[in-house]
Amino acid sequence: MDVDVKIPAALASECGGARHLTVTVADGADLAAVLDRLGQAHPRLARRLRDEAGQIRRFVNVYIGDEECRGLGGLDAAIGPGQSVQILPSIAGGA
Amino acid sequence: MGYLALIGTKKGLFTATSDDRRSWVLKGPHALDADGFTAVSEIYALACDPASGRILVGAESPHFGPSIWRSDDLAATWHEPEAAPLAFPQDLPYRPLDFSSEAPGVDQPDSDRTNTVKRIWQLAFGPQDGRVWAGVEPTSLWRSDDGGQTFTFNRALWEHPDHDTWGPGGGGAAVHTIVPDPDDPQTLTIAMSAGGIYQSRDDGRTWNGVTQGITVDYGPDPEPASGQCIHKVARDAEGAFFVQSHGPAYRSTDPASGWTNISAQLPSNFGFHITAHPARPGVAMAYPVSEAMDRFPPDHRIRAWRTDDAGDTWRPWGRGLPEEDYFGIVLRDAACHDGTADPAWYFGTRCGDVWAAADSDGQWHPVAAHLPDVLCVRAMETR
Repeated sequence: MDVDVKIPAALASECGGARHLTVTVADGADLAAVLDRLGQAHPRLARRLRDEAGQIRRFVNVYIGDEECRGLGGLDAAIGPGQSVQILPSIAGGA
Repeated sequence: MGYLALIGTKKGLFTATSDDRRSWVLKGPHALDADGFTAVSEIYALACDPASGRILVGAESPHFGPSIWRSDDLAATWHEPEAAPLAFPQDLPYRPLDFSSEAPGVDQPDSDRTNTVKRIWQLAFGPQDGRVWAGVEPTSLWRSDDGGQTFTFNRALWEHPDHDTWGPGGGGAAVHTIVPDPDDPQTLTIAMSAGGIYQSRDDGRTWNGVTQGITVDYGPDPEPASGQCIHKVARDAEGAFFVQSHGPAYRSTDPASGWTNISAQLPSNFGFHITAHPARPGVAMAYPVSEAMDRFPPDHRIRAWRTDDAGDTWRPWGRGLPEEDYFGIVLRDAACHDGTADPAWYFGTRCGDVWAAADSDGQWHPVAAHLPDVLCVRAMETR
């Protein structure tokens, strides 16, 4: 299935200025698979989102539909047909 | 001929250029990445190599993590590796090195947590072609042989038996000081907070703790063999070492044999930074702080203190600094010299002010003012 991934403006240059990317994964894939596939094409974008252990960085939020992924099982959360993924920097960043 | 000062702050990298080290033109904050988030990233590590002109910047974005950028055109353009320049091997047992741990430094093999690079605290060019060392939080050392694009993890230091005495100071648990030996590429001296000073004589394959003799007042044993909070180490022109600890300043011509307290004539027994003169043995500059529980400049006057006799005597040095009350201190990497034949000294403060003074002149000139907290400063001559 194809998953639409919305990219924040702060990272758009890492994927040629695109604000939307389409990622193709197996039906029933989880969020980790979507981010893995994204990272294969855009490795620098991937490491902005996840640390070397593969965990989503603390102040990066990833929404599946309208729900932030941490409430859905994090990287194990399943992506349903037609669901989009949106990446957003969280309300953080220091004083 | 000109001069370039690099200023890493709590929010971004600034640069300043000068023809005479008296009048400076400031630029910044620089966006190292194309989208600009690095303009507000924390810049804890800077290195510049006068021989090649390469500049390295270690930046940490609160959102997007740490990375290293390089410039080969004096900060005009910036480049970053596609792959992460530093990434912890994931086969290591988790070692908590933060305040949330009950036992900082001790491995937790059954933990489901992993070691990840939090912050790059130090970048230092070595004498070998392409060699760059990186000091990192959590406490670790990394080596590059391609000019700072890819780094390998130094397992020997990580596995040193002392590691369970290492833990976080207020700034975090990190290797924050790396001092290559320009005369012996096999020799390297590093320091960590908290943890101590370690030396390798075989290019990082083995490490010896050399902190014995540096006393502490923040633990039950006033003379521990390791675990001391070291703030900065500097090597002078003849290979003697100056140390500013979380307490007194020290000097040693042979760290493995011990250290001499040289704080008797300094205005306090605390500070973060000390710089050694690049050519004159026994000459160093310190930037004292009142005390651990009163972290302001002594008497609320910002001053550089200088020794010309290996720490036997110290005196306030230089004209041109504020005479009014001043509350910004100099952090552990926020001072340097520019390594020239007539070197200038540079320092920046948590108030965002930076000054420079040529050694032959003794007059401090403002390089920048009102920046975010200054975390690190480097300078070099440009052609």
